[in-house]
Amino acid sequence: MTIEQLVALLPMMIVTAISVVVMMFSAFVSTHRLLNSLSLLGLALALLSLLLAVKVAPIQVTPLILIDRFALFYSGLVLAAGAVVILLSYDYFESSEERTIRVAEYYILLLVAILGGMVLVSASHFAAFFIGLELLGVSLYVLVAYLAPTRLGRLTSLEAGVKYLILSGVASALLLFGIALLYAEFGTLSFIELGRHWQNPEVLNGLFAAAGIGLLLAGVAFKLSLVPFHMWTPDVYEGAPAPSTAFVATVSKGAIFAFLLRFFATTGAFENEMICYALALIAIASMLGGNLLALLQPNVKRILAYSSIAHIGYLLVAFLAASTGKVGTDLVSEAVSFYLVAYFVTTLGAFAVICVLSNNDGQRDVDQLADYRGLFWRAPWLASILTAMLLSLAGIPLTVGFIGKFYVFTLGIEGLLWWLLAALIVGSAIGLYYYLRWIVQMFMQPESQHEGTTGGAVIISLPGYFALLVLAVSLFWLGVYPPPLINLIQTITSL
Amino acid sequence: MVLVWLILILFLGGVIAWMADHIKLGDPRWVAIATLLIAALMLLSYTFSLGATISIGGQDWLASIKVPWISRFGIQFILAMDGLALLMVLLTLFLGVIAVLSSWSEIAERSGFFHFNLLWTLAGVVGVFTALDLFLFFFFWEVMLIPMYFIIAIWGHENRIYAAIKFFIFTQASGLLMLLSMVALVYFHHQNTGQLSFSYFDLLGSSRTGAPAFWLMLGFFIAFVVKLPGVPFHTWLPDAHTQAPTAGSVILAGILLKTGAYGLIRFCLPLFPDASIEFAPTAMILGVVSIIYGAAVAFAQTDVKRLIAYTSISHMGFVLLGLYAFNAQGYQGAVMTMLAHGMTSAALFAFAGAVQHRIHTRDMREMGGFWSSAPRMGAIVLFFSIAALGMPGLANFIGEFLVLVGAFKANSWITVFAVIGLVLAPVYSLLVIQRIFHGKPLVAKEIGDFSSREILMMGLMMLVTIGLGLYPQPVMEIVSTGLQYSGL
Repeated sequence: MTIEQLVALLPMMIVTAISVVVMMFSAFVSTHRLLNSLSLLGLALALLSLLLAVKVAPIQVTPLILIDRFALFYSGLVLAAGAVVILLSYDYFESSEERTIRVAEYYILLLVAILGGMVLVSASHFAAFFIGLELLGVSLYVLVAYLAPTRLGRLTSLEAGVKYLILSGVASALLLFGIALLYAEFGTLSFIELGRHWQNPEVLNGLFAAAGIGLLLAGVAFKLSLVPFHMWTPDVYEGAPAPSTAFVATVSKGAIFAFLLRFFATTGAFENEMICYALALIAIASMLGGNLLALLQPNVKRILAYSSIAHIGYLLVAFLAASTGKVGTDLVSEAVSFYLVAYFVTTLGAFAVICVLSNNDGQRDVDQLADYRGLFWRAPWLASILTAMLLSLAGIPLTVGFIGKFYVFTLGIEGLLWWLLAALIVGSAIGLYYYLRWIVQMFMQPESQHEGTTGGAVIISLPGYFALLVLAVSLFWLGVYPPPLINLIQTITSL
Repeated sequence: MVLVWLILILFLGGVIAWMADHIKLGDPRWVAIATLLIAALMLLSYTFSLGATISIGGQDWLASIKVPWISRFGIQFILAMDGLALLMVLLTLFLGVIAVLSSWSEIAERSGFFHFNLLWTLAGVVGVFTALDLFLFFFFWEVMLIPMYFIIAIWGHENRIYAAIKFFIFTQASGLLMLLSMVALVYFHHQNTGQLSFSYFDLLGSSRTGAPAFWLMLGFFIAFVVKLPGVPFHTWLPDAHTQAPTAGSVILAGILLKTGAYGLIRFCLPLFPDASIEFAPTAMILGVVSIIYGAAVAFAQTDVKRLIAYTSISHMGFVLLGLYAFNAQGYQGAVMTMLAHGMTSAALFAFAGAVQHRIHTRDMREMGGFWSSAPRMGAIVLFFSIAALGMPGLANFIGEFLVLVGAFKANSWITVFAVIGLVLAPVYSLLVIQRIFHGKPLVAKEIGDFSSREILMMGLMMLVTIGLGLYPQPVMEIVSTGLQYSGL
């Protein structure tokens, strides 16, 4: 291990160290505020160390991990998202005695999950991929079911956790089987070596190779909640505590997608028609299915779950542009990265509002549509931010979501992917309906007798304010003047 | 810079209006009027300071600004104003004042937020009329939707949520088609010339023939025809117009519909000349269908606002017909119809709002014999009804006449059917007068007459209508200098 390699690994080492530190502290001094601040501090240090690691990038650290600018950018994204989730978690868990039970494990597992995400985006070998995946996944099993033991945990939290555990376990098994088949066929687990074997696209039509790739894609599609592997998504989103849902929605999907991009770019899997055809079908099904299923949902977290299915479908359209041979992978990488940033900001923003509202109601997550009725007249700024986030999800200009959608359109047209674009337009039009329905709820006059604690004024604490402010400002700033972010992304996209 | 200031003033005015109401320091209605008057004064003083260049075809653009924005895609921030855009912006500001006046006593709750949305819609519309970078145009096209959606959804009438969502989805979905065409156009231009640009000036040069150009033109066409609205994409309009509050209806009918026609003139026709000529017969037939269908269905309505909404469809059918005639009379007629219809439909919707405010119903079966209790209202509405049906001496006649002359030169048979619209127009116009003002009172016995504020508002519109009807030449000259650049 040279010094350069250690510097490159610094962000991951800091996150590991801080999770151990939090664990030690929790044994002796387990005040919530201390643990939360320590975690935030650790993440801040890790973010700063990225600047150091950039100087030595790109560098291969063991055959498993490749720290290049791509990996560092996505590590930064994962760390930032994790920091926002920790900010939101403080008040969420503080707001009720019962939620503060054993909160230490929450932060430890969250940090481990962040570490898993960072490993995933730096993976250049299937072993690292699996390590990262399991670090992320196993931590999430507990994070999703976190409220189950408490009296107010409601059975949905337990149901969500068990569902996620079993289904995710099956998906991981499928992934392992796929990786094993690929190893049996090609004798290597490293992406670059696989790429050399796959120079001739014909080689992927053999039984082991095709089955291996198919199982791999099935497992990845599960994690990305693409149709038809999406069944776990609404229940898990609904049952998990709001900060965990935010984490699952952003980091879990973003890291896996980054891996997918790196895998396809490095191994040249874009050239295989069969794979890309399958992905195209999955994309169309996700765009249409995700939007259609959300139309009649009364539960806000389920709406966001189905909309995230659709959004990953939109992202696949940009992703598949590389398969046509008309668009270079760096352009695809640029579009995917921008869209993921937009998706992260928007999703975290929407969940931030849900968390903040749930803080005021210590009993349950504020996830019914009816809870949002008249929100604008009670808490105008909060409702405005939520409206902006929803309009961004719908792809309305002035928001970063529109620029992301514009990127997807551009790539779709350059790749001449007309069917995918048609599904994109139809899906977006359908999607508008449930976003508008939610927005309208907020502006309706509140009913005269409204029981429940969401009827009063909404109190937002400092961490919540900060998170909402940063997210809202990013949403508008990047939506109106994206060139700085675009320039940053363009420096990372040489895969 | 004057264009940027124009939009900024409207944005800021909206914010100030909301704040004024929020901290109880002022009346948002007066803030709105002041904002619109300041913007109009600034624009007028700027154009008059340019001297006589408006009427001479020497200068192409009265004002312009061009700043790089997202250079990765060749997107710039380009605003420019020619004669056509100037007229549209003046119409916007004028009808903005009318809208505020018409809902003076109607908006009781959250008045500040209402005027905020109103001014922001107008700012978006001004942006649409002056944007000449395709991306920026799309930007403003979508942005003008959101405040309008809120106006309908919050202050509208009984079925407002349905109407607002329908309005939004129709416009957004068609807008996405336009975005698709737009990006494809830029991409093809890039393939042909190696230049990546969303600027109208750059894209105007490249010629496109053949099947791809037709589909691209169709994408733009559908987006604008939904807004126009043309049958069969018109179904959002009756609901949106009926359920919107008075100011919302005035803005919708007076200005928002004109953005569709403006889009056709500015973008669809010049960017795809060959495809448009090929498509012209279909478009003209769609125009005629709108004329006749709109008029026929209007006749069957009992809700007075819904009736006026269908007459809007009918009048905008004339615009579509005139534009696709591809001769000078057709264009002049179309633009004149846009201006005239803006006046008359705004006035009629203001009247409908006034009636609803007084007797709390829009159902004409409950009205009758109002002339005796409200003679001034009756006279004014009679004036605008006669204007709407195309009486010579008033602005609508100039527009419809020129459209029919132009269309006859292009395709005589289609024009024959269009003339039927001239017969149907008096039917629905006089129906309104007959049902509401003449005859026996049915449910509501009496109605308060127009107040001096309402007479002021109507009087202004009457003056413009008569002025345009008797002396349209200046306006036509302004328009022709604008159309020259686009090669029309």
